[in-house]
Amino acid sequence: MRRSRFLAASLSCLTAAIGSISAASAQPSAILDRALMWIQSTMVTYGPSAGAIETLSWIMFIGGTLIFLLVLGLTAFAMFARPERRRWMTNRTFIISLGIVFPVVTLTALLIYGLILNRTIVTGEPPALRIEVVGERWWWRVHYVDAEGEIRLVSANEIRIPTGRPIEFVLKTQDVIHSFWVPSLAGKLDMIPGDVNVTRFSADRPGIYRGQCAEYCGEQHALMAFYVVAMPQAEFDAWYAVEAGPALEPTIPFIARGRELFIENGCGACHTVRGTPADGVIGPDLTHIGSRLSIAAGTYPNNIGTLAGWISSAQHLKPDNLMPSFGNLQGEELRAIAAYLESLK
Amino acid sequence: MSDTTYEGGIADTRARQQDTPVHLPNSTPRPEGELERLKQVWRAPRGFHFLSAVNNNYVGVWYVGAALLFFVLAGALALIIRTQLAQPEFRLIGHDLYNQLFTMHGTIMMFLFAVPMVEAMGVYLLPNMQAARDLPFPRLSAYAFWAYFIGGTAFFTSLFFGLAPNGGWFMYPPLTSYKYSPGINADFWLLGIGFIEISAIAGAIEIIVGILKTRAPGQSLDKLPIYSWAMLIFALMIVFAFPAIITATLLLEIERAFHWPFFIAEQGGDPLLWQHLFWFFGHPEVYVIFLPAAGMVSMMVPTMAQTPLSGYRLVVLAIIATGFLSFGLWVHHMFTTGLPTLSLNFFSAASMAVAIPSGIQVFAWISTIASGKLQMRTPTYFLLGFLFIFVLGGLTGVMVAVVPFDWQAHDTYFVVAHFHYVLIGGMVFPIFAAFYYWAPTASSRPLSETLGKWVFWLMFIGVNVTFFTMHITGLMGMPRRTYTYIAEMGWGTLNMISTLGSYMIGLGVLIFLVDLAKNFRPFRGENAGNVWNAGTLEWLPSENYQTRSIPIITSREPIWDQPNLAEDVKAGRYFLPGAQTGGRETIITSPIDARPQYILQLPGPSWPTVLAALFTACFFLGLTIKLYIPALVCGILAIAFVIWWLWGSDPGPAVDPEIDVGGGLVLPTYMTGSMSHSWWAMIVLILVTGTVFACLIFSYFFLWTVNPDIWPRSGEALPWFGWPIGAALLYVASSALIWFAGRRLSHVPERSSWPTRIALILAVPLILGAVSLEVLGQLSTEVRPTDSGYGAVVYMLSSFQGFFVTVLSVMALYTVARSLTGRLNRVRRSTFDNTHLFWHYGVAQGLVALVVVHIFPRLLG
Repeated sequence: MRRSRFLAASLSCLTAAIGSISAASAQPSAILDRALMWIQSTMVTYGPSAGAIETLSWIMFIGGTLIFLLVLGLTAFAMFARPERRRWMTNRTFIISLGIVFPVVTLTALLIYGLILNRTIVTGEPPALRIEVVGERWWWRVHYVDAEGEIRLVSANEIRIPTGRPIEFVLKTQDVIHSFWVPSLAGKLDMIPGDVNVTRFSADRPGIYRGQCAEYCGEQHALMAFYVVAMPQAEFDAWYAVEAGPALEPTIPFIARGRELFIENGCGACHTVRGTPADGVIGPDLTHIGSRLSIAAGTYPNNIGTLAGWISSAQHLKPDNLMPSFGNLQGEELRAIAAYLESLK
Repeated sequence: MSDTTYEGGIADTRARQQDTPVHLPNSTPRPEGELERLKQVWRAPRGFHFLSAVNNNYVGVWYVGAALLFFVLAGALALIIRTQLAQPEFRLIGHDLYNQLFTMHGTIMMFLFAVPMVEAMGVYLLPNMQAARDLPFPRLSAYAFWAYFIGGTAFFTSLFFGLAPNGGWFMYPPLTSYKYSPGINADFWLLGIGFIEISAIAGAIEIIVGILKTRAPGQSLDKLPIYSWAMLIFALMIVFAFPAIITATLLLEIERAFHWPFFIAEQGGDPLLWQHLFWFFGHPEVYVIFLPAAGMVSMMVPTMAQTPLSGYRLVVLAIIATGFLSFGLWVHHMFTTGLPTLSLNFFSAASMAVAIPSGIQVFAWISTIASGKLQMRTPTYFLLGFLFIFVLGGLTGVMVAVVPFDWQAHDTYFVVAHFHYVLIGGMVFPIFAAFYYWAPTASSRPLSETLGKWVFWLMFIGVNVTFFTMHITGLMGMPRRTYTYIAEMGWGTLNMISTLGSYMIGLGVLIFLVDLAKNFRPFRGENAGNVWNAGTLEWLPSENYQTRSIPIITSREPIWDQPNLAEDVKAGRYFLPGAQTGGRETIITSPIDARPQYILQLPGPSWPTVLAALFTACFFLGLTIKLYIPALVCGILAIAFVIWWLWGSDPGPAVDPEIDVGGGLVLPTYMTGSMSHSWWAMIVLILVTGTVFACLIFSYFFLWTVNPDIWPRSGEALPWFGWPIGAALLYVASSALIWFAGRRLSHVPERSSWPTRIALILAVPLILGAVSLEVLGQLSTEVRPTDSGYGAVVYMLSSFQGFFVTVLSVMALYTVARSLTGRLNRVRRSTFDNTHLFWHYGVAQGLVALVVVHIFPRLLG
């Protein structure tokens, strides 16, 4: 949000000054510019919804600081001023005006502002796209659905959207309560069993925005992140066309061997790779896993090394998740499967 | 004191002596041996029997000590948590232990430290402040203390076996239900906490009746210390808030044990039902913790500034308003659950409104400081620290009350920062101020001013370093309850700063413990006295029996305004200068204007109370670890010891039915009906059970609004109408019998006791029959409790009523036993009156349940 760019920059300076991330001040330019990839800040916003809240936040931080200083100043005055100069503080009028009148006025103003903001954030133009996100322990199942609610595309842990247009997110859960949250784009909303929550927001500009589960959901709640990748409409359309298609066929023998091993080791019992016999639905759909930024729900970068490590020691890297460690796979075999998965662009 | 005659008397009794003039002071010197007798009666038991003491000066100090122990333990857990988070991807402890630690830290701080601590301070301070010799039910506070201490210790040790709960202190299902938490960890929470809540409610009943009924004569409501006001509202809030958590834990434990699906969405339950019940308790809980602390601040600030509190009436109004408002904002913990905008707006407004009463109190304290001259002693440091931290926490509280901001801040470290500011500022700092301030009333030496300032600065700087930083960590997107974070997120430095700050707090608390070890010397029969030149009654010269005589109060700060008060009290120139009934006793006063009504004969040391608490704790522990037979044995023993303990209560009039307590004031030594302290306690107990029942009725209607389809549409799925009609008739008949028993009792001993006894005995099968008909009626349908949310809640209502009716039956038979042993007649009838009140209430509750279960679905058509 442009209006708050200055304020965002000042926060960046603040955080940088205390030795925290400096990446906040970096400007993203192209789609796979990863500068934003590790920013998950409510104060570095790239969507109207989060931007409006950011402005609200700054108003409240500044107002709150002023009130805090007022109270401290009055206390110091009550302690140190000469008795005749602080006599005005000793009667009921002082208590009533500062303890009742002042908060009633300021809080009413804040409440009205909050209500208006609430309304602008909640309502909006009709969505360009509907995406159903299902919370799982501990990853995110992603369904692109059409107007009738039919699932058109299945993915996981990464949501690609076109920029500039509101997207409707239909939030559900498979097991316990989770909370869907992409701070740079919007506030959070819970995924509750038996309930369907719907939220809409958009991204102003292309970029990679990190999100994370915000409701405690058990053992690996800490490692349940995801990415929203916003792309210009044309790029998005191109991506969607590829993504909707089946998995790429291996072109070199090593990768073909990887596919064989993938099937032989029973990976298909839990995972789907469209165009192959693998059609499991317990774990994430891997049809185009090679094009994703991360594995294990935003926990590790996606490359052949991390893929191999994950396959052989998933229980060590993210204990108690449903994927067993395939310690039986060694050297070449492991690399072949990892290479196959990496090839699934 | 100058000679004073109170024409027209000061008593408020039914007897004729009401108008007899009272003339004070008593003649001095007092008769030989009077003081020795008083001392002897109130002497604490020696040696091992010391543990059977029930006097508030002992139990109160133990209680505070136990709460402090849990504070230190939960703080130690926090230090482990902070160490784990000091660096990204640190592997000090695994996720499993981490999840247990953060659950235990929150749970212990809330349930085993904060609530017990403020309750403990009340047990210790209230009789002192109101110049009563003790609270009206000393054994009840002893029971509450021992149950809490034994149960809490057992709960804590679950950590050492890896069995500690790991579902978060808020225990949201379905994560905590049998499917996702099959171990007994969650049961430790549900049974442990449910049980400790019962102890908290026992304490609350004690405190309400104590504040309303045991005050210094003349200490009318407008002269009541602010602390007593705060504790009165605090205890009333417990009465209405804690039943919600008891209901919630009961439902979830039954879901876990018997698979009744209250919270399982697929079967017509709803996980949000838990959240409503939990936060209906959980938000008032914050003010339950804060109000007593604010009350203490309102006592300490005037003393440290040597001037009365500014705006006394405004502060009282603020406390009452906080109590009311705090029940209207629980949904602000649920802003992200997708509730309709309208209800979000309502609760947002209510959440902001509750800031106003806090504002009134803050400016009243500032105004008081301006009116006087602030003495910079250790308590003052903590009070100023409190003001700084609490105001900051209040401001961030207003921020999270704004719905859109909460959508971002909720469940991040911003919220962690916010509520630590509120709770540490609003409760821990006032409590530390209180330790330094009131220690001289309990200890023969005050605590050290030098060490106290070290404690203050370490804690004050530590808290701000730890928690101010967390605001930023949260805004930068770090969620709560995560055992680790990825290095690239850039949260490492902030977390390291927070961890270093937390070590400073730990060091401060450690120095406080050193100070305690060096200087705190309680139970010596002497204390350091009025070191701050305070004006309220707890600073009168006192010993184990409290004050030598009980004064008439004409001011809010009697020591400042009534010349020579301390000397006159100590010389025995006021009421009750000795042990007039021959045992422990105190004056019961009227609730509004504190006019003496009668002498309450108080019990002395009691082992059955301690053993009852021990076996109650063992019963719950046995259930948790699934040792059902030992649990059953302990349960029966617990009931046996409770009955043994109760057998000694309701003593009837003393040898002398009326006693001159001094100055010509003659008071009866026994009272029944609405003047009696036990009548008031029973009314409060009915409010508690009524709230539990209301929570169950709420659950019924809540599940109906969520899943109207599973409710029986026509009469067919409901039991035949004859069943509830029969049950209703039996209920009413049993009530009629109890009413008849009461009528006949009014003529005992002139006429036979047998009609009363027979009516009581006959009422038992009738009321048991009523509940059996209800259950049989339900069993005659296809519906079973494990089928659906509807089945579960309908059977739950009957089960609750079944439990209730069992209690009533035991009470009736106990009353008969009292009669058979000659302990029940026209005069000595408190036991019957209590059974009678509870019985009619129980019948009314049963009838309401019948209407809801049988008529409401038929109205749906």
